[in-house]
Amino acid sequence: MRWVNRHVSRSRSVMMGAIPIVLLVVLYLVIAAERHAANPSDKILPLPGAMVDAMWGLLFVPDQLSGRLLFWADTLASLQRLFLGLGISTLSALLVGLLLGLLPPVRATFGTLVTGIAVIPPIALLPILFIAFGLGETAKVALIVIGIAPFMIRDIAGHVAALPREQILKAQTLGASTWQLMIRVALPQVLPRLIEAVRLSLGPAWVFLISAEAIAADIGLGYRIFLVRRYLAMDVILPYVAWIALLAAVLDMILVWTNRKAFPWAHGGRR
Amino acid sequence: MTALLSFKDVWVEYGDKIVLEQINLTIEEGAFVSVIGPSGAGKSSLLRLALGQEAPSRGTLMLDGVPLPPECGPDRGVVFQHYSVFPHLTALGNVMFGLECAQSPLLAKLTGAARRQAREEAVAMLEEVGLKDAMHSYPAQMSGGMQQRLAIAQALIKRPRILLLDEPFGALDPGIRNDMHQLITRLWTDYELTVIMVTHDIGEAFKLGTRVLTLDKWRHDPHAPHRYGAKVVYDIPLERNKQESLSEEADAQPLSIAPDDAGITIDRFDNN
Repeated sequence: MRWVNRHVSRSRSVMMGAIPIVLLVVLYLVIAAERHAANPSDKILPLPGAMVDAMWGLLFVPDQLSGRLLFWADTLASLQRLFLGLGISTLSALLVGLLLGLLPPVRATFGTLVTGIAVIPPIALLPILFIAFGLGETAKVALIVIGIAPFMIRDIAGHVAALPREQILKAQTLGASTWQLMIRVALPQVLPRLIEAVRLSLGPAWVFLISAEAIAADIGLGYRIFLVRRYLAMDVILPYVAWIALLAAVLDMILVWTNRKAFPWAHGGRR
Repeated sequence: MTALLSFKDVWVEYGDKIVLEQINLTIEEGAFVSVIGPSGAGKSSLLRLALGQEAPSRGTLMLDGVPLPPECGPDRGVVFQHYSVFPHLTALGNVMFGLECAQSPLLAKLTGAARRQAREEAVAMLEEVGLKDAMHSYPAQMSGGMQQRLAIAQALIKRPRILLLDEPFGALDPGIRNDMHQLITRLWTDYELTVIMVTHDIGEAFKLGTRVLTLDKWRHDPHAPHRYGAKVVYDIPLERNKQESLSEEADAQPLSIAPDDAGITIDRFDNN
C-alpha cells in the first residue's frame, strides 16, 4: 500500500506522536546520567532531581528580596504582556483589515504604508521603542504589536478582498449599505480567519516577548531565562522553556477549539 | 406592456477592445429574456450593465425611464452561477438579510415584532422555493440545486423590478436543472417578474424565454479581431411561451422550436 493511503486511527496517532518525545526524553536522561557519572557537579545537562530542586524554590518559596513567588510572578507578567499585545494586534487587524480589504480608496491610500511597515524587522525598531516609551511595559507590548499586527492586518485585508465579488454584489442588490456589508457580510466571514491569524502569530509574539524581556525587564519568563543563563542554570532554563512550550500549545488548542465551536459554517456545518 | 429597461446605443469597451457595440434594446415588463451567444460575446457584460456593476462606455441605460446609476441596488435582484449565498448564514438568515438591511440601517439586525414578521415572510419565501425543511442549514450543507433555490428566494424577498440570472443552472445536473426550470417559470408567473437570463444552454433559453436574444460579433477583422464588438444578431420573440406559462403548461409541452429550426448557428466565427 502506498504511504499516502496509510491512514492512522486516532488512538494510534496519539501513541505514534508520543514515541519521538519519549525517545528524546530517554536520550536526554541517558546522556545526562553519563555526564554526571563523569562529573557529579555537571551543570549543562541537569538531572530531573536537580530541576525539581531548583524549580521548587521558584514555585513555592517567596523571593527574599521582593517576597514574590517568582515563577508565578514571571508567568503572570509575561502572559499579561502577551495578551495585551495580541489583543491590540487582533483588534487593529480586524478594524484596519476590514477597511483595507473592503474599501478600494482606503486600500489605495494606506495599502503601501502597511506593506512598508510589515517588511521592517521589528527587532530593529526595539531601540526606538525603548527610547520612545522607556523601559516599562509599554515598549514590550509595543514590540509585540509592531511585530505581529502588520502581518495580521495584511492577512485579514487579503481575506476580505478575496471574498467572492458575487457576494458583495448580491448584498448590494439586497439593499446593503457599505456599513451593513462590512458588519454583516465581511466581518462574520473574516472571524474564523482572524482566529487562524492569531494562532499563526502566537509563535512570533512569543519571540518578540522573550526578546523584549531579555533586553530590559525585571520580571518575566524571558527575563528569568536570560538572568539565570549567567550562572549556567540549565536546571531553571529547561523547565522554563518547557513551561513556555506548554503555555503556547494550550493557547493554540484553545484557539482551534474556539474556531470550530464558534463558526460551524466554516467547517462544513458540523459542530 | 410597458418598457421597463432600455439600452440606448450602448457600447462597452475595455481599453481598445470593443466588447459590445450599438446595443439598442427595450425590455418590457413581464418579459423573460434569454440571452445566448458564444463565450466572450459579451453576454455577461450585458448583464453587468443591467446590474449596475459596470457603466457603459457610451450610451445610456434607463430603468423605468430613469438613467441607471452604475451601482447595484435593491430594484434589481441577481442570481449568479456560484457564490450567490452567504456561507455564514443559515438559509433563513440568508433570506432575512434583505429585509434586515432595509429595516435596520445601523445593525442590519431585527428584534421583537419586526423580527418575527421578517422571519414569517422569509419562511414563506423558503416554502415557495421548497426549502422550508432546510431553513436552519448552512449553504455548505446544501446541494448545488438547493443553494440556487436559496439564492432565488433571497433575491425575490426584495420584490426586485428585474431579476437577473447569470447562468444560474449551468452547474446543475440535468434532472435538477429541469426542476429549477419549473420553479423559475412558476415564480416568474406568480410574482409577475421580469427576468433577464444569460445562459449557455440554447434549449433552456428557448424553453423558458418569451424572447431570445443572441449576441455575437457581426463582423470579423482577422488582423484586429478585438475592434469589432458583439451586437444583438437575433432577437426572437416567443409569444407562445408567454401564453403557455400563463396557463401553467409550459413544462409539459415538448419544445417545438429547436435551435436548429430557428436557423441559428452560434459559433460563426472564432470569436476572439
